[in-house]
Amino acid sequence: MVWVNAIVQGILLGGLYALFACGLSLMFGVMRVVNLAHGDFAVLATYLALAIITGLDVPVLWSALVVAPLFGMVGYLVQRFIIQRSLDVSPVTTLLVTFGLSIVIQNGLLEGLSANSQSLPSGSLASASFQVNSQLSIGYESVIVFAVAVVVLVCLQLFLSRARLGREVRAAADDQEAATIVGVNVRHVYGVTAAIAFATVALAGVAFGMYSSFNPAAGPQRLIFAFEAVVIGGVGSLWGTLAGGIILGLAQVLGSQVDTSFGVLAGHLVFLIVLALRPNGLIPARLS
Amino acid sequence: MTDTAAVGGRQRVTRSRRSAAWGALVGVVVVAILFSLPYLVYANVTGVLVNLFILVSLATMWNLLAGYAGLISVGQQAYIGVGAYAVFVLAGDGISPFLAIPLAALISALVGLPASFLLLRLRREYFAIATWVVAEAFQLVVVRSNSLGAGAGAPLPGMVGLDPALRQAFTYWAALAVAVAALLGTYLLLRSRLGLDLTAVRDNEVGARSVGVRVVRAKRIVYLVAAAGAGAAGAVLVISQLFVQPTAVFTVQWSAYMIFVALIGGLGSIEGPIVGTVIFFLLQQTLADRGAWYLIVLGAVAVLMAMWVPRGLWGLISDRFGIRLFPVGYWLHGMNPPATGPGPKTESPQA
Repeated sequence: MVWVNAIVQGILLGGLYALFACGLSLMFGVMRVVNLAHGDFAVLATYLALAIITGLDVPVLWSALVVAPLFGMVGYLVQRFIIQRSLDVSPVTTLLVTFGLSIVIQNGLLEGLSANSQSLPSGSLASASFQVNSQLSIGYESVIVFAVAVVVLVCLQLFLSRARLGREVRAAADDQEAATIVGVNVRHVYGVTAAIAFATVALAGVAFGMYSSFNPAAGPQRLIFAFEAVVIGGVGSLWGTLAGGIILGLAQVLGSQVDTSFGVLAGHLVFLIVLALRPNGLIPARLS
Repeated sequence: MTDTAAVGGRQRVTRSRRSAAWGALVGVVVVAILFSLPYLVYANVTGVLVNLFILVSLATMWNLLAGYAGLISVGQQAYIGVGAYAVFVLAGDGISPFLAIPLAALISALVGLPASFLLLRLRREYFAIATWVVAEAFQLVVVRSNSLGAGAGAPLPGMVGLDPALRQAFTYWAALAVAVAALLGTYLLLRSRLGLDLTAVRDNEVGARSVGVRVVRAKRIVYLVAAAGAGAAGAVLVISQLFVQPTAVFTVQWSAYMIFVALIGGLGSIEGPIVGTVIFFLLQQTLADRGAWYLIVLGAVAVLMAMWVPRGLWGLISDRFGIRLFPVGYWLHGMNPPATGPGPKTESPQA
């Protein structure tokens, strides 16, 4: 029963990782940009949510409704003014610039706020759970996060396959020049892609804050988890990202069943093995 | 320094210019002065310089990776850690920590060899994050090992009997030696055939492959040299701190330092990391009582430099004045000056 419990928790944790990784996957798939500040933007979103919750005295879920659109706008601006400029210099520059941003955000949070760990006050949700039987209980919180992740992925998939703007995103991802020729404003489309990615990052940041405590230095580890989920699943495939997130979650939870300090390492090892054997991930696909 | 060759009628190709000869002379004098410093100044000065030398070594190695081989690593702290723990283990076996430094460098390169087979197959972004994951994995392995002091760390053995003044002087000389070796090694490496290969790879990888450059082999050599350099720097680090702790050596902050220093000083030049390190320390000393602000300022400056001045401060200086202290390229004399500026500027590898 311990193992069944671990598997259930691992899958649910995978939902969180998938929610967190889909923005990274989207930006990588469309612009070939890995935003190394991805994790730090999520931490920033968590702190913003904390400020909204304590400042306005509203429940956690309401804060997400404010933070996500706000981060969408931030994402559009970051793309247009920072990432696009770096892309114009060279693809390598995007890595260096986003890494610099990551350090600036991290230390900015450290200077502005305390280095202590905090958590989002999620009220009655935190302790409530389904009691399947005496040994297996599933927290509402993690189920909600998993459901949100699936809903976000479905919406993204529908947006990319059905909406006009989604088609433009796919066109820009496939061939930037051809897309420009047929009248797609590629820079705007990239901005929209980043906006969507940042909105999902904000949601994931709030979800992370409900799951566990956080501090200003938590970003890099989250980025690594997100990237591992993307690579295990296969770049450019949203369902691959969900699968990758679940595999990573399972590896971590099962690993820590073996030995508490082995969990994260087990996740890294699975990632490195996939990288060695299947560099394109388990479900390689284009955004289509 | 006088290897010249005639090209056509009026044109001449030289490797060095007079500024480089002066540069070599100044370099020797500077190293001589730096060498004698423990006799002249107090230990707090040499203590600061030890950190400066560590950073110069690290940034030089990172610049070799990124600026010449096009490999953006965010995980060189893996080898800082390997070097540090190699010294720790060797010192536990009774070897003097100072003599263990070259061994630590060798061990780092040996550890890097299997990692290079995994990492060098990967594309840019994958490489960057995979190096980081490797560093994290190393740290997690160390934390699980009780004989290495686990997460809490352990004091470095073999340093107890040493007189503090002597220990500080030895540490300083060791740090100086590692920095000089890193700079000189990079310089010689880039002047060799491998340097040409790397330049070709940097400018056009497919083109380089098609004219017979063994791209992966060139990258692997650079990766292993960089691992050895980071290992030596890590060895000096643990000797200067007398204590080894996983979070201190494996932190990604080291990558931040290396990257910022190289970006501000100038990617793709040997002088760049030296200039960058000096600016790093000036800023750090100026903002010393303001916590992490020096990192915020440094990061912001590095980001702006990467976006708008990709070749860094040294790029600006050498373009303006035509100076090269470490000539790894060739000067073409007698051409019509290019429209963009005065003087002969055509220099193949550094352009």
